[in-house]
Amino acid sequence: MRVALFATCFNDTMWPETPKATVRLLRRLGVDVEFPSKQTCCGQMFTNTGYADEAIPLARKFVDVFEGYDAVVSVSGSCTGSVREQYADLAARSGDAALADGVAKVAPKTYELSEFLVDVLGVTDVGAYFPHRVTYHPTCHSLRMLKVGDKPLQLLRQVRGIDLVELPAADECCGFGGTFAMKNADVSVAMGSDKVRRIRDTEAEVVVAGDNSCLAHIGGLLGRLRSGVRTLHLAEILASTDGDVL
Amino acid sequence: MSAPLAKTTPTFVGMPKFPAMAKDALANTQQRRNLLHATHTIRAKRASVVEEVPQWEALRLNGADVKDEVLANLDSYLLQFEEKLTERGATVHWARDAEEANRIVLDLVRAEGVDEVVKVKSMATQEIELNEALEAAGIHAWETDLAELIIQLGHDRPSHILVPAIHRGRAEIRQIFRQEMGKVGRPAPEDMTDAPRELAEAARLHLREKFLRAKVAISGANFAIADTGTLVVLESEGNGRMCLTLPETLISVVGIEKVLPTWEDLGTFMQLLPRSSTGERMNPYTTMWTGPAEGDGPQNVHVVLIDNGRTRVLADEVGRQTLRCIRCSACLNVCPVYERVGGHAYGSVYPGPIGAVLTPQLRGTSSAIDQSLPYASSLCGACFEVCPVRIDIPRLLVKLRTQVVDEHRGHNSVESRTMQAAAWMFADSRRLAKAQKASTLGGKLLGRRTALGALPWPASSWSSARDVPVPPKETFRQWWDRTGGGQA
Ligand code: SF4
Repeated sequence: MRVALFATCFNDTMWPETPKATVRLLRRLGVDVEFPSKQTCCGQMFTNTGYADEAIPLARKFVDVFEGYDAVVSVSGSCTGSVREQYADLAARSGDAALADGVAKVAPKTYELSEFLVDVLGVTDVGAYFPHRVTYHPTCHSLRMLKVGDKPLQLLRQVRGIDLVELPAADECCGFGGTFAMKNADVSVAMGSDKVRRIRDTEAEVVVAGDNSCLAHIGGLLGRLRSGVRTLHLAEILASTDGDVL
Repeated sequence: MSAPLAKTTPTFVGMPKFPAMAKDALANTQQRRNLLHATHTIRAKRASVVEEVPQWEALRLNGADVKDEVLANLDSYLLQFEEKLTERGATVHWARDAEEANRIVLDLVRAEGVDEVVKVKSMATQEIELNEALEAAGIHAWETDLAELIIQLGHDRPSHILVPAIHRGRAEIRQIFRQEMGKVGRPAPEDMTDAPRELAEAARLHLREKFLRAKVAISGANFAIADTGTLVVLESEGNGRMCLTLPETLISVVGIEKVLPTWEDLGTFMQLLPRSSTGERMNPYTTMWTGPAEGDGPQNVHVVLIDNGRTRVLADEVGRQTLRCIRCSACLNVCPVYERVGGHAYGSVYPGPIGAVLTPQLRGTSSAIDQSLPYASSLCGACFEVCPVRIDIPRLLVKLRTQVVDEHRGHNSVESRTMQAAAWMFADSRRLAKAQKASTLGGKLLGRRTALGALPWPASSWSSARDVPVPPKETFRQWWDRTGGGQA
């Protein structure tokens, strides 16, 4: 099985620890993951802000870069959602039949990390060790667009040493929402503040999610409060081992 | 009795954009408390009664299918509906837009020689601003739904589809009743407290006089059944049934998308609607009428079928699904944005997620408020999950955003320039790598800091309340190249 890593532009540039952890984790599980270097951005920010014309060439590029692989593992739930749920609309708008065709092939093979681990590799115990109090925030696109369900929790429950605590009203949006966080900053912050209050109520040291963009928003609010709560991507916890604890 | 009722008009075009309205709403802490409490209560109620229905998903699919079938053949269903109603002695009128609809209703009311009418709560008449049109012609339209009465007496705007006064507290309601009731009818009792029972009793006594006097009633309809010519109204207080049975003349204003093909189909929607809207297994009052019945209820029955932008929505293949909406308001109650800002911020009689997609489709996206509505969502998808007729609101929001951007192409805004520059950079991995070099250089210069402070606009909209992460000293791509994919 040829597996490609889609690092996403945001993680590549701002949160490289996440794709690095994903590579470590997948190698540990025997997957020889490749990083096709021509990849850039899935175009989600453009699509969701209304700039479909700007997103179309990026969808085309994504298809070109990843067409040859059996599976694409993405480190972002929302970017995966964009490929799987929105590319078809972009292809239709472009009127390019070849693109529509490519999307139909690539989109179903594009997975968010927990889906790839549980559904494709069939593992829930990835041999991780992480001795901290952790709470999990299911991001909206993972939850409602991709329907990952409790796959991330299945994986986290198998992590040795972890003290996993439930986050109240976990499925409520954190208020990030891409450019929503800028265009409607006041509402975004109001939503995020409630999320952060619930996170702090759990007394967790770490809040984990499958999307660094939501975590940047949550972490930005936690940081401003000097809360001492860390944000980590699911990949980082799953990559953590006895010999290499985060 | 002649004090003008409509000091506030629901005409929203020309209002500031959603973010400005939302900012004000967020500062209203009393409203936020009321909304939080109300939306969470009804959310929980809805969830528990929906859970009781094992075939809920099948019901939703059926509801969506029935509506899609209607929308695909709307012309023939409407003609069938008209034929059946006419056979049963009702008069059907057709109105292209709000103005035409209001004129038809006004002529009908004038023909009865009255200067007041009673009303059943109806979104369609709010949409066409019927009360204001009647008021301008010297005819008082009395709202008889408790919450609508509060709104009307308070010269306020509704802020929710189902519970229009959701933003008001008990103390405020008491004050409104004490100050205003006497100006338009029976005053509130001197010693009335803000106990819900006493407030409801004051409203009951006030409204009873109006019910007993009224010769004309105006209603909307939740459903219009084509194969029998039946109109259906669901409500909770019984005021609707009074309006639908006591007066001699009944005028129903009905959106053309309200049609259901057959009597059988009503069964599906009688399960979907009450559970989704009030979180009840069944609503207390369901009233149905099929033209006049001799010696019983209104003898002159008129139905005004309104388009008012609906055929334009219908013409759009993706947007069409918006017309499935049965106005249950489940999407409002679950929406994290609505929960915090309330209904007024949406600048439309249809607030919340459905308002954010329906309003710009009905009105077009030419005004500032209508351009901002598709962006009044974090695209979290909770609305789609609860919608009983499976309207894919997030997808429609994205589609409308695209429409707004397309209409502004060539206007050269900061946003469009930024987006185009970013797209150009992402078109090629070498360009991205180059831009990343600048970013990591920034990271190196900032040394050991972990967060940035205040930034200038537009980044300030982020940094005003959130730390900005310092870029890493090495991107993933650089790490991969340097270490040979971590194998070196
Ligand atoms: S869009 Fe769906 S959930 Fe919202 S009011 Fe309409 S039917 Fe109800």
